[in-house]
Amino acid sequence: MEAAHAAARAGVGTILVTHRFDRIGVMSCNPAIGGLGKGHLVREIDAMDGVMGRAADHAGIQFRLLNRRKGPAVQGPRAQCDRARYRGFIQDRTVERALLEVVEGEVTDIVVKHGRAVGVIVGDDQEIRAGAVVLTSGTFLDGVIHIGNARRKGGRIGDAAASRLAARIRDLGLATGRLKTGTPPRLRKDSINFSILEIQPGDEDPTFFSFLSRRSAARQIPCHITHTNRRTHEIIRENLDRSAMYGGFIKGIGPRYCPSIEDKIVRFEDKSSHQIFLEPEGLDDPLIYPNGISTSLPEDVQKTYIRSIRGLESAEIAQPGYAIEYDYIDARSLSAGLELKNLPGLFLAGQINGTTGYEEAAAQGLVAGLNAARSGSNDPMILDRADGYIGVMIDDLITRGVAEPYRMFTSRAEFRLSLRADNADQRLTPLGRAVGLVGDARWKTFERKMELLATARDRLGAKTHTPRELSERGLSVNRDGVRRSILDILGYSDLSVEDLTRAFPELRDIEAFILRQLRNEAIYKNYLPRQEAQIARMRVEDSRPLPKGLDYKSISGLSAELQQKLSLAQPHTLGQASRIDGMTPAALARILVSAKTAGGEGAEKMRARGRS
Amino acid sequence: MDETIFALSSGAGRAGIAVIRISGSEALDVLARIAGSKPPEREARLRRLRDSNGETLDEALVLWFSESGGFTGETLVELHCHGGTAIVQAVLNFLAVQPGCRMAEPGEFTLRAFQNGRIDLANAEALGDLVNAETEAQRKYSIRMLQGDLHRRVDEWRKDLLRALALVEATIDWADEDVPEDAGPEVRAILDGLISSLERERVASQAAGKLRNGFEVAVIGAPNSGKSSFINHLSGRETAITSPVPGTTRDIVELRYDLCGIPVCFLDTAGLRETDDPVEKEGVRRAVQRAEAADLRLRFEAADAGFPEAFEYLATSADLRVATKSDIFETGENHNISTVTGGGFEDLLEDIREILSARVSSAGVLGHTRQQLAVEAGRDALALARNRLGTASDEVAAEHLRAAARELAKVIGTIGVEDVLENVFANFCLGK
Repeated sequence: MEAAHAAARAGVGTILVTHRFDRIGVMSCNPAIGGLGKGHLVREIDAMDGVMGRAADHAGIQFRLLNRRKGPAVQGPRAQCDRARYRGFIQDRTVERALLEVVEGEVTDIVVKHGRAVGVIVGDDQEIRAGAVVLTSGTFLDGVIHIGNARRKGGRIGDAAASRLAARIRDLGLATGRLKTGTPPRLRKDSINFSILEIQPGDEDPTFFSFLSRRSAARQIPCHITHTNRRTHEIIRENLDRSAMYGGFIKGIGPRYCPSIEDKIVRFEDKSSHQIFLEPEGLDDPLIYPNGISTSLPEDVQKTYIRSIRGLESAEIAQPGYAIEYDYIDARSLSAGLELKNLPGLFLAGQINGTTGYEEAAAQGLVAGLNAARSGSNDPMILDRADGYIGVMIDDLITRGVAEPYRMFTSRAEFRLSLRADNADQRLTPLGRAVGLVGDARWKTFERKMELLATARDRLGAKTHTPRELSERGLSVNRDGVRRSILDILGYSDLSVEDLTRAFPELRDIEAFILRQLRNEAIYKNYLPRQEAQIARMRVEDSRPLPKGLDYKSISGLSAELQQKLSLAQPHTLGQASRIDGMTPAALARILVSAKTAGGEGAEKMRARGRS
Repeated sequence: MDETIFALSSGAGRAGIAVIRISGSEALDVLARIAGSKPPEREARLRRLRDSNGETLDEALVLWFSESGGFTGETLVELHCHGGTAIVQAVLNFLAVQPGCRMAEPGEFTLRAFQNGRIDLANAEALGDLVNAETEAQRKYSIRMLQGDLHRRVDEWRKDLLRALALVEATIDWADEDVPEDAGPEVRAILDGLISSLERERVASQAAGKLRNGFEVAVIGAPNSGKSSFINHLSGRETAITSPVPGTTRDIVELRYDLCGIPVCFLDTAGLRETDDPVEKEGVRRAVQRAEAADLRLRFEAADAGFPEAFEYLATSADLRVATKSDIFETGENHNISTVTGGGFEDLLEDIREILSARVSSAGVLGHTRQQLAVEAGRDALALARNRLGTASDEVAAEHLRAAARELAKVIGTIGVEDVLENVFANFCLGK
């Protein structure tokens, strides 16, 4: 969806082929967007005028800024969403988006001409030709659903799997694997006794995803929390052999950070209780998503263990939990623009690349869609690890591949203090504008914000005060005789914006969000020079290209393991090669020598984007 | 741009002259900072090297080459220092804290030369081998040093740092889940232990370095208190010129001596006294400087040449008090020696040997300057992390912890995101 919109925004005629129009924007997993790392991704998508942030704001029924008590770099916006509102918003935007057309049907084949993807076959014989193709098959690629020992083909409950396409993809000779993910049973809201459960309210002052949103559109409601207990654990333990996971029916690898309840009980034996968030599927939706207890146990066991939980004593299961296995493609076969290296014209995004989550998929979709639209120009937009979380994710995927479904965490970002959710627009909106993704309305808003920031920065930096003057205004700073501007003291952790406004009433003229933004910048001021030096160093290495098709197996002195990893990743720069696990200075030196011998200087174009 | 790199290019140890090379865009700025000014290109000049406080580090020949002239194809500075280990160490320490500068990795000068087209492909084929050999030599050295309980210590450092990182990252990335709300107390305890363990190792390792390169023992006292006679008696030949005229020794005279297996360098220093003679004044200044930096001081005193009060601060309680000219005078000091009869020498040398060997008995694992610098930088980053722990700035603490992991990688191995995540998932039950 995000891919189709990005391509259309970039000014290229786009066709979105999907099984059913009314399934566009369906949230197949839990009804929430954002979180830590993920919230950063949504902000970055929004900064480039993507759809997801606005859809989540439109559908949000409980907003919470995670890590509110920590610093701004690690605060992540999150929202429970009303499924119907989310889907509706996205379908409306899809209908009204110029240059975008939806075709209903199943893609069964990719059309390849002269070694290049030039279209798809829909159903049995409808051929659609295109300059480039983006494949975002989610969990549908040869998807198999498991409930206990029962198995059936399917891309998600109620939808058919894409089996013919999977067979075709295998013919392309790409490295593939199987991954697994799971969902909990859905419960009937009216069968739950909420009155005895802990309430988790949303934030009073919601933090939105989109830089354009100002107020919440939907009514706000709280969530509830309950816990598993010893009895629940006993029931699950007694029935472990009937679980698809533990009964040996599933070969795919599941994520460690999103374990099934069976996993939690086996791996953390000594814990007698696990948290469950009862997330409403919507304002008027009759269902509750009990987050924290995904399972592949048979239906009767699910019912018994659910009813052992406080508040769920007479809960009705509307749809059982299930595990799903699906094909993914080793993302090391992709370029940094998400195009297949040995089948130009075919771009991949989302779970097919081994990621999990709406946000990870949408972020890749945006990059793949844009680059598909630009595929004629041979000038892909590449985001690097210092541009944003999107760049971190793509670099991780194409350099190291995945061993389990990949999810974004802030700990994956080495430049975490600079890549904040609050400055996603400052990092990416100008870039998005330059490649045609950002429309006039957003650009105008952005320019105004930049102006306000610049004016405020000048104003607050212009006048300096001695420690004595500051203390006379009620602000205590080190009595070291150093004169400080308001900009200098804005980031002090022991001074709040309220303290400052009391001391300098003229600050009231500055809009609160501008002041907050300046404060976020000031907090990390002392750390940024070092990060910038590291970024500069990384970009130097990333600007040293390695020739395509370098035969790493023929480079002597590299360990067999490194030879294999390098052959799979075919790194496009020396910098990317340096990020492969187990890389050593000696191995890098050998690669460099071989690259110069093989390719000669300038065999490949240096990175297109000119940066200092 | 690329960072500026530096390293000791001549062999380690007590060579006559130590050559330190600095390559990169910052090299000339660094030269100006440490040497006051830069000489004309390709011309060697004598310069006094000073640290950031203006303290003299050494007198050295300095020269530099522009991009087209030097081996690396970048601006290249060479500092030819006096070979003393302490001096070289001090200069390297100064360079390590200069902005944009870091110690070179093995083979990095050669690598840059290759990247900048200063070596042709024929030479470059050998580059990988060269880097490999240097890395391999280091690795073997590390393995040799990492036997037994030293190995265990390094493993523990790694485990501790990983645990600290995992705790902090878990409270950041899984704020909503079953993790401690404030990892502060546990992390603080881990870091306290880690910091003091690193510091112990660093101090012990300096002693280990001394074992290879020699301890410095400074002989200090008033003019004519018998310092040079002592040195001469030890050497059995006239190393230092002695005469009854006070102030004969104006520069430092070094005598290398094998003290039952412990290499020692005795320093004969100028007699300490207030003086207006500019030459003698300089001699006293140098005496004070070297005495302060020495590993042990022998405080010489004779009945006719008492220890000057103004310099009393130089001798610490760990130093040895020696009464000289015992053939003429009797004193109550522990050590009474006579260079005329040779009396008391054996006891004194035995005491020196005992003191110094106590310092090497716990010899550390950090053999290389590279590793010692890494441990120092790592320790400092850990201390910064410790200060920033607390919910409101955990991400800043994490930033320092990551920096510590980068610095310590040369000692404890690389700690990547996956290592941290694995530790998090193994210790916390996460996942909604």
